[in-house]
Amino acid sequence: MSVQDLKDLKSYLKSKLANAVLKTDISYQQLTITVRRESVRRVISFLRDDAACNFKQVVDITAVDYPERDERFEVVYHMLSLHHNLRIRVKLNTDEKTPVDSIVDLFSTANWFEREVWDMYGIYFKDHPDLRRILTDYGFNGHPLRKDFPLTGFVELRYDEEQKRVVYEPVKLSQQFRKFDFLSPWEGMTDVQNLLPGDEKAHMPEHGLEMIEKITDETDDDHRYKSIGGKGH
Amino acid sequence: MAKDNVKIKDQTQIKPYTLNFGPQHPAAHGVLRMVMEMDGEVVERCDPHIGLLHRGTEKLIEHKTYTQAIPYFDRLDYVAPMNQEHAFALGVERLLGITVPLRAQYIRVLFSELTRILNHILNITTYALDVGAITPSLWGFEQREIGMEFYDRVCGARLHANYFRPGGVRLDMPAGLAEDMYSFAEDFPKFLADLEGLLTENRIFKQRTVDIGIVSKDEAMDWGFTGPMLRGSGVPWDLRKSQPYEVYDKMDFDVPIGTTGDCYARYLVRIEEMRQSAKMMMQAINDMPSGPVMTEDHKVTPPSRADMKYSMEALIHHFKLYTEGYHVPEGEVYAAVEAPKGEFGVYLVSDGTNKPYKCKIRAPGFAHLQAIDYMSRGHMLADTVAIIGSMDVVFGEIDR
Repeated sequence: MSVQDLKDLKSYLKSKLANAVLKTDISYQQLTITVRRESVRRVISFLRDDAACNFKQVVDITAVDYPERDERFEVVYHMLSLHHNLRIRVKLNTDEKTPVDSIVDLFSTANWFEREVWDMYGIYFKDHPDLRRILTDYGFNGHPLRKDFPLTGFVELRYDEEQKRVVYEPVKLSQQFRKFDFLSPWEGMTDVQNLLPGDEKAHMPEHGLEMIEKITDETDDDHRYKSIGGKGH
Repeated sequence: MAKDNVKIKDQTQIKPYTLNFGPQHPAAHGVLRMVMEMDGEVVERCDPHIGLLHRGTEKLIEHKTYTQAIPYFDRLDYVAPMNQEHAFALGVERLLGITVPLRAQYIRVLFSELTRILNHILNITTYALDVGAITPSLWGFEQREIGMEFYDRVCGARLHANYFRPGGVRLDMPAGLAEDMYSFAEDFPKFLADLEGLLTENRIFKQRTVDIGIVSKDEAMDWGFTGPMLRGSGVPWDLRKSQPYEVYDKMDFDVPIGTTGDCYARYLVRIEEMRQSAKMMMQAINDMPSGPVMTEDHKVTPPSRADMKYSMEALIHHFKLYTEGYHVPEGEVYAAVEAPKGEFGVYLVSDGTNKPYKCKIRAPGFAHLQAIDYMSRGHMLADTVAIIGSMDVVFGEIDR
């Protein structure tokens, strides 16, 4: 496995799959091709069957969430060619609504990987034989690996002695979830977005209280403070 | 008359039924629930329900700094913790562009191979337990305990090591450990011979494993098998040979390949792998140079304790490193190691901050387990147990 092999493969794929490949990139000695969403099946089967590629194994399928993009999800396929001792990463873009063609009939192993991506990100795979949730609980709502899904989740469960069964309840945190943003360690505890009661004093500008607005969160009666001005931070 | 015959036939025919296997079943190797459609005692369909041990590791890692993420890897496949830290460490090192000192590379190989032995002992002996042999597990766990004492001595914990860090390993091996590990590796083939004496030609063991769960080469590729599962089916592929990391290219070892692709072949492959691993352990100890075990690039690694006692800057540096952590350059990388169960990979996406933007964990067991439906179809219920055992599943890594 050398960079030259990857470069050769890159130009070969560019010539063979010209209208499917949008972008190619070699970084950290790994080849990434970004393909058109509609042509994913063509690309994957070409990579599998072409003698110069021979990527006979799909190692992994996953997705990455970039909420700020128009098409927020990147679906990432990792393939491995035992014959040429090469790896390739195939990427495509999609959003919450647009389905991606399933490759289960090309690679049996894609079945669970696609189910996992559906479960974790809510990306729909068209023509998947059995697109159920896989890792989360029965009756789970939401797609936990999306960036807008909170780390704490929405429900918690416990065994109820009276009802003699496990019951689900909305998450109750005895202490507000503290996300320490240590990008600068000196201000890690005084992140404006996640103020703790009392922290507002650290941000209090000299002019006094009118710069601080008290916000009541109606869902859980939890008082949170937010700085609306001042040069404290 | 003919009418009566039909009646009798109706009566003797066993209705297909659905059987719920697990999640609390000793042969499920953890929390595996399988909904099986049975025709008598023959499996017609097998639908594994996984995720009962899902802890959201990948989500948690997105909220932790790179240093804080390492202990999560111990808790994936808790039978082979260090191998998984290894994959993560390799990924971070590749993104940071740092090289690991040679001594640390040898220590990593040494402990990866020790872990492989520990993993295979657990797998083979509990597997034997599943198919009816008790003694191997009694003997095997004694050896495993010795191995875990080495873990204890090098990192302070028997299981959750947190020992391989990006940049090297946490601390150098304490005095005397190398000698003890060497004599363990030296004596280990004797234990293997004993174990093989119990199992390899055992009539019952062979009845339960030979020709059970046969996977051909092409099917193994199609189902994404790696590690002993792939090699048991006769595909010569081992990341330590084909895409060597650390000092595996300097190691002298053979890769065993099965010929039949059944449960028995996978057992034989694992036995031979242990023998090779013991050999590699001795080699690693013999060839290990002296020197640092952490990269000297102190952007990533903490200053020494002694410095911190006298130097204010070192103290500040230490504080910065363990609160803010180090920033990893933007980029994405897939790093894989040959873990005892197969290819364990980490797909890491960094956005240039101190926390991973995305960390996908590619667990070998996940790919293996989904083939259970295909492998056990048409087999008897008891054979499913043998097949699960030969897959070497651990739910920490499958459910993540």
